[in-house]
This record gives sequence, C-alpha cells and structure tokens, in this order.
Amino acid sequence: MIHNKTMIDQRPAPKSTIGPMAWLRGNLFNGPVNTLFTLVGLYVLYLLVVPTVQWAIIDANWVGTTREDCTREGACWVFVKARFTQFIYGLYPRSELWRANIVFVGFFALIAWLAIPRLPLKRWVAVFALVVFPVIAYVLLHGGHFGLPRVPTHRWGGLMLTLLLASVGMIGALPIGIVLALGRRSSMPIVKSFSVVFIEFWRGVPLITVLFMASVMLPLFLPSDLSVDRLIRALIGITLFQSAYMAEVIRGGLQAIPRGQDEAAAALGMTYWKRMGLIVMPQALKMMIPGIVNTFISLFKDTTLVMIIGLFDLLGIVQAALSDSRWLGFSLEGYVFAAFVFWIFCFSMSRYSQYLERRLNTGHKR
Amino acid sequence: MNNQYRYRGVAGVLAAALLLPGLAMATTLETVKERGALRCGVNAAQPGFSALDDEDTYQGLDTDICRAVAAAALGEGARVEFVPLDSVERFAALQSGEVDVLARTTTWTSSRDTTLGLHFTGVSYFDGQAFMVASDLGVQSARELDGAAVCTQSGTTSELNLADYFRRHDMAFEAVVFDAPEQSIIGFEEGRCDVLSSDSSQLYAQRMQLADPDMAVVLPEVISKEPLGPAVRQGDDQWFNIVKWSLYALLNAEELGVSQTNVDEMLEDDSPEVMRLLGRDGDFGEGMGLNADWAYQIIKQVGNYADAFDRSVGAGSPFNIGRGLNALWKDGGLQYAPPIR
Repeated sequence: MIHNKTMIDQRPAPKSTIGPMAWLRGNLFNGPVNTLFTLVGLYVLYLLVVPTVQWAIIDANWVGTTREDCTREGACWVFVKARFTQFIYGLYPRSELWRANIVFVGFFALIAWLAIPRLPLKRWVAVFALVVFPVIAYVLLHGGHFGLPRVPTHRWGGLMLTLLLASVGMIGALPIGIVLALGRRSSMPIVKSFSVVFIEFWRGVPLITVLFMASVMLPLFLPSDLSVDRLIRALIGITLFQSAYMAEVIRGGLQAIPRGQDEAAAALGMTYWKRMGLIVMPQALKMMIPGIVNTFISLFKDTTLVMIIGLFDLLGIVQAALSDSRWLGFSLEGYVFAAFVFWIFCFSMSRYSQYLERRLNTGHKR
Repeated sequence: MNNQYRYRGVAGVLAAALLLPGLAMATTLETVKERGALRCGVNAAQPGFSALDDEDTYQGLDTDICRAVAAAALGEGARVEFVPLDSVERFAALQSGEVDVLARTTTWTSSRDTTLGLHFTGVSYFDGQAFMVASDLGVQSARELDGAAVCTQSGTTSELNLADYFRRHDMAFEAVVFDAPEQSIIGFEEGRCDVLSSDSSQLYAQRMQLADPDMAVVLPEVISKEPLGPAVRQGDDQWFNIVKWSLYALLNAEELGVSQTNVDEMLEDDSPEVMRLLGRDGDFGEGMGLNADWAYQIIKQVGNYADAFDRSVGAGSPFNIGRGLNALWKDGGLQYAPPIR
C-alpha cells in the first residue's frame, strides 16, 4: 500500500485569493477602517485629479502665439510655447542657438553613454566627458575663437544655465570633497585642521550668503579695472560650498568601512594612495551613492538661488517672463512648467541612483 | 619688497571703500565708448518699467531711459547691456562700477542721495502709494474707505504710510498683510480685503493679473511721494550731466512737439527751440563731450517722453496709466525740464 502513494495534482489557488479583486479585498477593503480610508482616499484623489486634468489638459489652450489666443477656461500653454526658446537658452542670441544645441546633444549623449552599462569604452568616454568636453562646450558657448562670435555670459540663461551650474558644481565638488574627507581623517595636523576649518566654514554659511558675498561685496574689494565674471564668481562659490557638504558625505562612507580593511591592505605593503584608491574608496563610494545623489539633487535645486545675483536660471527666466506686460497673469502656467522640468531631472537622478545601487549591490545591503 | 605695488593695492581698496573712482581712471564716457556699450542696471522683472519680451529684449520706461543715454553717448540706442539687479545689490553695483547708470525704479530720498555716493539725475516717473478697490463697491475716493480691510505688503513703507493716512483722516482700517505682490493680489481677488494698497505703478500691474481687470479701479488719491529716477556715481560730473540731460531732452522734445515719428520733418522746422534741441543751431552737446546731434539721436531712436511713457505704461500699454503727475507742467503735471540753450 505504502508504495502505491500517488501525488495529487497541483491545483490553482482558490479564486478568492488571486486576481485583482482578491488584491483589492486583501489590501484595500480588509475591514471597516481600511474600507473607510480607501473610500476617503479615493474621494480626495477625485477632488484633486479631475480639476487638475481639466485645467492642464482638457480645457487648456495649446495653439496660438499671443495672449488673445487663450480664450478657453484652462491653462494657457501658449505662454510657455511663446517663451520656450527663452526658457531653455536664456538670452542666448537666436542666430547662435545651434552652438548651444550641439552642447546639449553632446551633454546628454555622454551622460547616456556613461549611464548605460552595455556600451563599451567607459573609461575613455569618461575622460573625454571630464576633460575634453568641457573645453569644447566652453569654446562653443562662449565663442571668440575659430570665427565664432563671442557670447558674453550674461546672455546665458534658462535650463542651459541651470544644467551648467549644476554639472560644474557636481563635477568640481566631488574630487575636492574626496580630498577634504581624506584630509579630515588624516593624522597630519596641518592637513587635518585645514580641512576641518574649510568644511566647517563653508557648511556654516548659507549658500545665499556665499552668492551675495561673491556678487555684492567682492567687487568692492577688487580694484575696479579687475572684474571677475558674475557666472565665474557664482560657479566658484557653488563649487566650494558644495565640496564641503560632499566631504562630509564621503567621510560618512569612509567611516563605515571597517578599519581591518585598511590595516590588511597596509600589511600587504600597499602605500596610502593604493590603500585608499584600491581598497577603501571603491567600497565606500558604493555605500555613499544615496548620500551623494541626495547632495546632487539638492545642489540642482539650489542653483535657482543665482537668481538673486542677476543670473537667469530656469526659474529666474520664468519669473522674468511673468512680468512682461503682454503676458501678465500667467504665473501658474509658468511655475507649473518650471516645476515639471525640475521634477523630470531630479526624479531621473533619483531613479538612476536606485538602479546603480542595485547593480553594485555586492553584499552590503542590510 | 615691491612697495609701489603694495601701495597701489592699498589705494585700490581704499578708493573702493570710499566709493570714489581713482584719480587717474578714465571718465565714464570714455569707458562706455571704449566698451562700445552702456551698462545699465535695471529691475529684473517690473512690469512696465523693465521686463523681458518674447524677443529677448528688455522693454519698459526705465529701459528707455537707458536707451536714451546710449543714443546720446554712443549714437546708437540699442547698444545697452542690461544688468538685472536685486534691490539690495543695486547700489553696490553702481558704486563698484559694474553698471554706468542705475535705472531701477529707485525712489529718490535724501538718505540715498547723500550717504550712498550717488547722484540722482532727475525724476523719470512720479510714483506714489495709491488704493485699488473692487469697482462694484462704487467707491469714488479714498476718503470713503472708513472701516475697510486693506491688503498690503509687509516690511514696506506702504504699511506705515497707510497707518498715517488713515489716522490723519480719522478713519479706521484693518490691515491684511502679505509677503509678496503676487500673494496680495490673490488675497484681494479672493475677497480677503476690500482695498489693495501699494505704489500706483505696481497696482496697475497687479490689476492686470486679475481674472477680469475691469473688476477693480485705482482711486485717484496718492498718499506718498515716490519719485523714481536714474542715478549715477558721484565724482564724474560730465557723466552726471549726460544722464541728466538725456532725460531732459526727452521732456523738452515732448514739450516742443518733436516725436519719434516727426523728428525728421522737424529738422526743417525753424523755431529756435527746436533748432537748438536738434543741434542745428549751436552745439549743446559739446559741453558734455557729445556730438551736436545727441538729442536728435535720442528722439529718433527712443522717442520723446510721451512716446516712451505711452509705450511702456500709458495708453499704448495694457496698464493704461494716466499721465497724472507725470504730465508736462503746462498740462498740469510736474514734469518740467530746463531749456536747452
């Protein structure tokens, strides 16, 4: 008998535990309190979503070129359309936009190349992106060489300026931050105290003050025949400010690596730079990704502060457009557009960092 | 070691600290001519006074003053680099030489004129605090506002002027205070207050942001003096004269009936005032280091004061602000320019 055992065929799960209905019952309607919250939640969602969609899409005005074309109830996207070039490039001369376009295409192509794992030659592309591309971008945008007319920096603006400030700030702050973090953990007193003073000074001052000092006070102390470009002043201020924050994020990552790793490497006879470069930093940087991306996102949003020193970043140029007498009263459309663009960039950065964490996850996840 | 160098460095800092240009430096006119462009400090976004249009240029009454100075100094009104300035930054930018002229809706007050190292060159717009009410209230005068709720902005002189005005006329009011003009207009539209009070130039701009601008009217009373005008650094009297007389040329042109459209016909006019204005009789630019046709260039490229006013804030603009105090003296206003002679 005992050898005659037959297995019962697998049967599907009961109808009441699979499918969307079961999911709804299990998660949203499992009890009177949850049912109540679900219904209230749905009602609030209805109250918010319907008028928003109505305003932004269904009743919106999409065609035309002037405010007179905005005859329907909803949003007047004609305003954003008429100002689109300005929002993206600032006051960059219209005849020279192709130069900015080349830089834009190059910028996004390089980022995509570095971000997509399947593409080859990462190392060379990275060197190109960090060393050669900035020079090309500067020559193209600023001009004055190779027969390109000069475009002074006060005409740069919009999304172009936002991306420029953010990427220069990020690329500049990372190496300075690494050096400062290592310096702060160093046993050499001068290096250590310099790093501590630098970090604590820049972290103790609000960014708005840094920008203000750079734009208002600095010119008063310099002889009047020596003038440093506003944009350069803002870039230096943002980079130094950001590197102090970056240093603390990196120091946090370094402290999470057990001392034994460093000591084991030392026992193998590695020099300081080899220990840091080959053993400690690769492990630490991986763990720092959320912190670093967090700093990058906040920097990206902080760039709007350059508005107060008369540089028109994306938000600044939108605000400037709002005061044009032909377009008064479209502030909602303008701000929604700016918020949407900022959201796209910040959200993609955040998603990419999550992807990167998963890809590099080699056992540190807790 | 290098004493001379060190001395120069110290002197540079001192000169900057004293807000005086160094003795051996080029005059502002020479600097502007060498640069080929006038640097003009303007408001980044003030409807009607300086605002970016769809074609990337600044438009408004203040920017027209800049263009007039550029037309006089360089013969080309378009050669202006506009430098958008914050209200705090504006004086430092003028003092440090970053801009040559400041035309940024700046109220001429004694303390600014005497302590900041600058000279106001005249009044380009007589502004003042006024009231806006919903038109269906049927209020005709500010004296009928007893007991009204008044929206205003915090931290401005408007709040103080308001209290003074209501106390002086023995009326009660309730202040509803907001942080920014965009908020106070929304408060007004939602009916949080009956009256909105601010500088009249701003009230007209805020009125345009209402869903239906005709639902509100600006009352005729003006309860404070806010003369707005261009300013220059102290220590360069020639440049001070150029900016001052560029403004006067706009006013004189209006008074003599010379406008942007008829200026070329007026070259044939034989009235002595017009001939002097347009540089056909005598050379009144010489004293300022300018060409004889300096005023002709201003009128040809910018227009007269009425042209600029109408285009920016007056009948030809959405704001439709009446000339009021800004009418010429012979029309009952305050704008009066000394003669060109």
